[in-house]
Amino acid sequence: MIPTSHYLFLSLALFIIGVIGVLTRRNVIIILMSIELILNAVNINLVAFSRHLGQVDGQIFAIFVITDAAAEAAVGLGIIIAFFRNRETVLADEMDILKW
Amino acid sequence: MIDKVLFYFFAGLAVVSAILVVTRRNAVHSAIFLITALLATAGIFLQLRAEFLFIVQIILYVGGIMVLFIFVIMLVNLDVALHQVQFNRQTWVAGILALALGAQVALAFRLVQKNPQGSEILRLPRGSAAQLAPNTELVGRTLFQNYMLPFEIASILLLVAMIGAVVMAKRKV
Repeated sequence: MIPTSHYLFLSLALFIIGVIGVLTRRNVIIILMSIELILNAVNINLVAFSRHLGQVDGQIFAIFVITDAAAEAAVGLGIIIAFFRNRETVLADEMDILKW
Repeated sequence: MIDKVLFYFFAGLAVVSAILVVTRRNAVHSAIFLITALLATAGIFLQLRAEFLFIVQIILYVGGIMVLFIFVIMLVNLDVALHQVQFNRQTWVAGILALALGAQVALAFRLVQKNPQGSEILRLPRGSAAQLAPNTELVGRTLFQNYMLPFEIASILLLVAMIGAVVMAKRKV
């Protein structure tokens, strides 16, 4: 049986990689993908504690997190398409005006 | 034994492909490696005896969200993006933040291990994995009995997201 702390360290590693991705990339699509990585790390944590405690509640929360990720991806990608149609760019540091 | 092999295989695969997601120049390559990372996470869910989440992860993440991502990557043109600088100049901020996060968790583990009282507070009762045995049935029961209201709120959230996505992607905003 693998100790729960190993799952926590795996989750920490994925979380940190996701944070680095969000902070260093310029492409908005890859920033969204890094956010998916972060949500995934949280899910590993929830399921690991669900097994640790022998209760199914953690898995329910993981399902809600996946639902949120789906909603976030749909709206985020819609915004990216709308922005690209108007400004012809997907780079985060060129998205600096509210109205044009 | 087989449990250990599976865990370390999937964990290594997940970490390596996550690193490749944030370092590849081409967005399509990033998306492919993200699919690998999500499949490895699904393997870890299976190894944790969460069969329902394993299937949900594959159907929803790999089959749904990633297809959406690849669609959008191909809608915004790739050729221009490939010749642009892909990383901004905040690498040192990211490095410092990553070190701070890692140090924080390492410190928490250290404190719990050193202080017997602290470990008493944080020592959670350990259940057995056998309690989660008929997994899908158990998840369904809990979802529709204890978590009925959050479930309905999640469905409204999905409806709002659907309308939002249609409005944002329409030709005239």
